[in-house]
Amino acid sequence: MGEVLASLAERRARQREVAAALRAFLPQRAVLFEEEDTRPYECDGLTAYRQLPMVVALPETEAQVAQVLQTCVALGVPVVPRGAGTGLSGGALPPAEGVLLSMAKFMKVLRIDPLARLAVVQPGVRNAAISDAAAPYRLYYAPDPSSQIACTIGGNVAENSGGVHCLKYGLTVHNVVALRGFTVEGEPIRLGSGAPDAPGYDLLALAVGSEGMLVVVTEVTVKLLPMPQCARVVMASFDDVEKAGAAVAAVIGAGIVPAGLEMMDRPATRAAEEFVRAGYDVDAAAILLCESDGTPEEVEHEIARVKRVLEAAGATRLTVSHDEAERLRFWSGRKAAFPAVGRISPDYYCMDGTIPRRRLGEVLRFIGELEKKYGLRCPNVFHAGDGNLHPLILFDAANADELERTERFAAEVLEKCVAVGGTITGEHGVGVEKINQMCAQFGVGELEAFFAVKRAFDPRGLLNPGKAIPTLARCAEYGRMHVHGGALPHAELPRF
Amino acid sequence: MTPGLQRFQDVIGEAAARRAPLRLRGGGSKDFFGNAPRGEVLDTRGYAGIVDYEPAELVVTARCGTALAELERALDEKGQCLPFEPPHFGAATLGGCVAAGLSGPRRASAGALRDFVLGVKLVDGRGRALDFGGRVMKNVAGYDVSRLAAGSLGTLGLIAEASLKVLPKPERELTLAFALPQREALEAVNRWAGQPLPVSASAWHDGELRLRLSGGEPALRAAAERLGGERIDEASAFWSSIREQTHAFFDGPQPLWRLAVPSTTPPLGLPGRELLEWTGALRWLKSDAPAAHIRDTAQRVGGHAALFRAADKSAGAFAPLDAATARLHRALKAEFDPAGILNPGRLYADL
Repeated sequence: MGEVLASLAERRARQREVAAALRAFLPQRAVLFEEEDTRPYECDGLTAYRQLPMVVALPETEAQVAQVLQTCVALGVPVVPRGAGTGLSGGALPPAEGVLLSMAKFMKVLRIDPLARLAVVQPGVRNAAISDAAAPYRLYYAPDPSSQIACTIGGNVAENSGGVHCLKYGLTVHNVVALRGFTVEGEPIRLGSGAPDAPGYDLLALAVGSEGMLVVVTEVTVKLLPMPQCARVVMASFDDVEKAGAAVAAVIGAGIVPAGLEMMDRPATRAAEEFVRAGYDVDAAAILLCESDGTPEEVEHEIARVKRVLEAAGATRLTVSHDEAERLRFWSGRKAAFPAVGRISPDYYCMDGTIPRRRLGEVLRFIGELEKKYGLRCPNVFHAGDGNLHPLILFDAANADELERTERFAAEVLEKCVAVGGTITGEHGVGVEKINQMCAQFGVGELEAFFAVKRAFDPRGLLNPGKAIPTLARCAEYGRMHVHGGALPHAELPRF
Repeated sequence: MTPGLQRFQDVIGEAAARRAPLRLRGGGSKDFFGNAPRGEVLDTRGYAGIVDYEPAELVVTARCGTALAELERALDEKGQCLPFEPPHFGAATLGGCVAAGLSGPRRASAGALRDFVLGVKLVDGRGRALDFGGRVMKNVAGYDVSRLAAGSLGTLGLIAEASLKVLPKPERELTLAFALPQREALEAVNRWAGQPLPVSASAWHDGELRLRLSGGEPALRAAAERLGGERIDEASAFWSSIREQTHAFFDGPQPLWRLAVPSTTPPLGLPGRELLEWTGALRWLKSDAPAAHIRDTAQRVGGHAALFRAADKSAGAFAPLDAATARLHRALKAEFDPAGILNPGRLYADL
């Protein structure tokens, strides 16, 4: 008891020291450490993990960001950058003994250059706000994660976010041309530029998706694309999930790259239909949504081809959106799939594996078996075009046993994704959530290389420590729990 | 473990122990690119072949020694292509193509080589074979070392295998020509790029702007009507002469500079002849002007200039890096190739 009190007193003293150091250059209201003020920062979109930060800093200028970083390095405290906190993998989970660096005050769209088709924005600008700012020029920012009305571009850069249109238009990494920011030491850094192919190593690509562990971004330059003149969506029903999977392969195999190609299984379709009345076929085993965009000529031509392919692939019902309202209604169900599932279960756990599409049937059957094994339901929504699967395990967090079963269920699904040649995360990031599964996807050499990259940027490991890349010791421990066929993963490691 | 890969690991491991520089080399088609190669040649051509290609997955995985022409033939048979349209410059291999990181005419519309790299098998400077990225289109597990390796000119590791996203070939292509001075051509091509038109390439030279449109027949017809211009028949030879630098513009002994600038940058007014691509973002310059003048001009407009082909590259092939970026480059090099044996100096003198 005495020890606990002593360590509490120590923490309090450390907290006061760090806050005082930050208040030397930040206004009082921009440095939070009372529990009632720091509570909103205790988690991101992955609410199962919570941690009160020791101190929250809310700078509003680049110079202040540099000073926050320099202060943290001088005091040797970890620092975790945070955007809107919508991330689904715990990438912005605060450090218990460090500083949470909120970029929320960086909310300006600095410049839209319609002729060069570029937008220069601060990291706290919401994803959808970029397209809003570009709309008067008939331009938009393509990556559209489902959380786009809330998530910020800074967080998108950290996670390399995707969306429903990335088969045709790419992920964040394909749509960001330059970053400005700081290394953890507070040294200014510029990666990429308005000119293509920056000389030297592609540090821009390395920074995108680095989960806030390599640099802190203070300015983002993104590409803008011309708005398509029109878009239409084909909705197709299938009486068998594997037939729907084969239809996806047939569309791609026919040389068509749709603007969006999404699949939902019956449980997901029903939940969405009950929630938003999108007009889905609730008797189908699976539905596909296939969008075509471009000039009216392009769209008409492509829709005709898509219909032919889907019919040949055994679609039991085909509906093409007639106008923009109907197109948006068809999408409303898909975009609301997560909240819709939220209505039919106290809690749900969203997975994010990517698989080669040809293994879809096998993976869905595997998930079906796990539903029985763990006694939990698992509807599926699927970015079918790019193989990114979002199974949603339904559970009740009030029941500790269900949470534990859910986590084991999820781990098995992710490891299956790796086993079929895919990955544990397509767009949500590793964060704290999938750190154990990283041990299944990568070997010792690769993990060491990731640490080498981290060292090159952050030798003392103070920027968002403990996320995304598991230590070898952690993998050894995890490996001991997951022995498959008597073969220990990472058998070369010393065991405890 | 295949013998070819094991051989790379052994050779690199031994060279690291002796601190003996290695020159990683495929078909030698890009020997001219970057700073002068040095070291004992490690020929990658023996490790060849397509490892995995499922057209419906839009992904191809092949070994580094695979001839780029052979890979493109295999894709073509299935109606697919490498969307970044890489230049060959001779008997190119896939490994060299990814290591050089060069993209062709379609780059402004489709994206760069690095945009299509999904994964690599890299043999690092310690001789370890490491797998980064994967064979699926969306993958955010771990740092993106695959894209870091693309364009690194072999200085971080030998790219033994690469997985690339591929796309269907365009149904049809059509090329239009417009007589326009450079300033007006830049304005027009940037304006068109902001409109929903199927423009897949642009090239301006000597008072003529050429636009390539790609897509389905109805879309091309509608776009051509809207744009006007003169229709050029048999244009694929023209685009391949731009990509492969066999066009007459590239002839002659003057140094060839590659300037990358923001696409809307007005004419640079540098002495010499120019050919523009990528909506104006890529400007080839044949010029005897002093390197410092060319580099300063590019830098002033927010771009950078590489000395692409020249008898004398003492000015350095690539624009110098700022201090912070250079420090990160050295730190990464020291981690991936601690003995400093992989293509030393090819990218920058101290890497």
